[in-house]
Amino acid sequence: MSNAWQPTCSIESLRIRAKLLHKIRSYFSARDVLEVETPLLSHSCGTDPYLDFFTTTYKCGNQSNKLFLQTSPEFAMKRLLCAGSGSIYQICKAFRKGESGRFHNPEFTLLEWYRVGYNLDHLMADVEDLLVFLSEESLSLSTTEKYSYREVFLNLTGLDPFVFSLDQYSAFVIEHNQAEALTICGYDHSLWLDFIFSHYVQPSLGLSGFCLVYSYPATQSSLARINVENPTIVDRVEVFFKGVELGNGYYELQDAQEQSQRFDKEIYIRQETGRPLVVKDDRLISALHQGLPDCSGIAIGLDRLLMILTESASIDDVLSFSIQRA
Amino acid sequence: MAIYSTNEFKSGLKVMLDNDPCAIIENEFVKPGKGQAFNRVKIRNLKTGRVIERTFKSGDSLESADVVDVEMQYLYNDGEFRHFMTPESFEQYQCDAKAVGDASKWLKDQDMCTVTLWNDAPLSVTPTNFVELTIVETDPGVRGDTSGGGGKPATLDTGAVVRVPLFVQQGEMIKVDTRTGEYISRVKE
Repeated sequence: MSNAWQPTCSIESLRIRAKLLHKIRSYFSARDVLEVETPLLSHSCGTDPYLDFFTTTYKCGNQSNKLFLQTSPEFAMKRLLCAGSGSIYQICKAFRKGESGRFHNPEFTLLEWYRVGYNLDHLMADVEDLLVFLSEESLSLSTTEKYSYREVFLNLTGLDPFVFSLDQYSAFVIEHNQAEALTICGYDHSLWLDFIFSHYVQPSLGLSGFCLVYSYPATQSSLARINVENPTIVDRVEVFFKGVELGNGYYELQDAQEQSQRFDKEIYIRQETGRPLVVKDDRLISALHQGLPDCSGIAIGLDRLLMILTESASIDDVLSFSIQRA
Repeated sequence: MAIYSTNEFKSGLKVMLDNDPCAIIENEFVKPGKGQAFNRVKIRNLKTGRVIERTFKSGDSLESADVVDVEMQYLYNDGEFRHFMTPESFEQYQCDAKAVGDASKWLKDQDMCTVTLWNDAPLSVTPTNFVELTIVETDPGVRGDTSGGGGKPATLDTGAVVRVPLFVQQGEMIKVDTRTGEYISRVKE
């Protein structure tokens, strides 16, 4: 008889997940951060050039509308912030089409939160507090490491991520037997950074504790604010543990016009690369016009955090039913 | 010819890479934050046997390779080529030494084996996991020895040399694991 009806994770893993959710709620409750719910189905979605989404059709009377399953709750949560919610958090499902692997399931659980009045430094301290609080019972961790993107990139590759030198980048990948990078990345600086970072930087991050990388190149942002002192960087942070990316956060962009332009630019890239068309979220733009409070926010992949806490090799080991058995 | 996209790459899939037929061993999906997704793929070149790592942009694709494994019977060696036959259709194939490779030392006339065909031409030969062969030459064993420890080299009727326990004698038939080249047991007739 087929065992496809069975969960992919152990019953013990379900208990660890329940406990994790409980601890997250106690952490935010103690800090007066409000738990919210926003729709999973939306009339529009993110414009990220590299994210693909699921869609469905909603029929009501004679009307038929296309709806998107959210790739993250970011836009809806920002609309709440603009409406005056104050600091908020949410634990919800997000959906990304075509993402499947040892660390990816097309449907996954996110913890996303926004802190009003926080800049990136405040947020990074908050992230560290929460992650240590959630994992200190299960893991012995060394101190959380914090590096700027440039610093960690230079240290691990000898290359400067802010200066695009095709010669140096090419020489580096050829030396590492990955000449195919030349074809894949061409003259696209941002693509080169994605390639080199994911192959030669990320695997070494957070080997014995959490690692935060901040100050990303301005080309690597979609909703982060440009740094006030240095316009070549954005106030974005990523969290890593044992070479796995756990989360991505920003000091949030408030400028409605600039946000709108960035959406247009990303929609253009999507068209150029032949990706499915997206609908720009005008409701978010309207909300930003109303005014987003000064805030920072981040999303953490809870399934991956559970993988770390349970030392699991595959995301399937922490999901009740992975996509193959859903 | 079929086209496979990176998200269809899975272990065992046969594809064409750099004009050579290859088999996918492992496929890892890598996605940096909000950036471009990649697939880091471990691939075996079926012509050379070499394993390489190659990164693809997710969504890129490769042509399938017309590679099939066919059960065949080994017939004979004419000095230059070894000849095989499919038992159902009696179709015959000849393989040069390069295609036969290491399998040559386990092939006995009439034995079954797997011949991998690429565009209907033999690419490689894989013997069955276990073969039964006769010892044509080995030193006489020391009396009283039972099993384990030491051992001695023995030449088999196909020319292969394996280590056997001291009690095994010339003329006996033994069972050998072709994947490791190790002696398993004596074969009682």
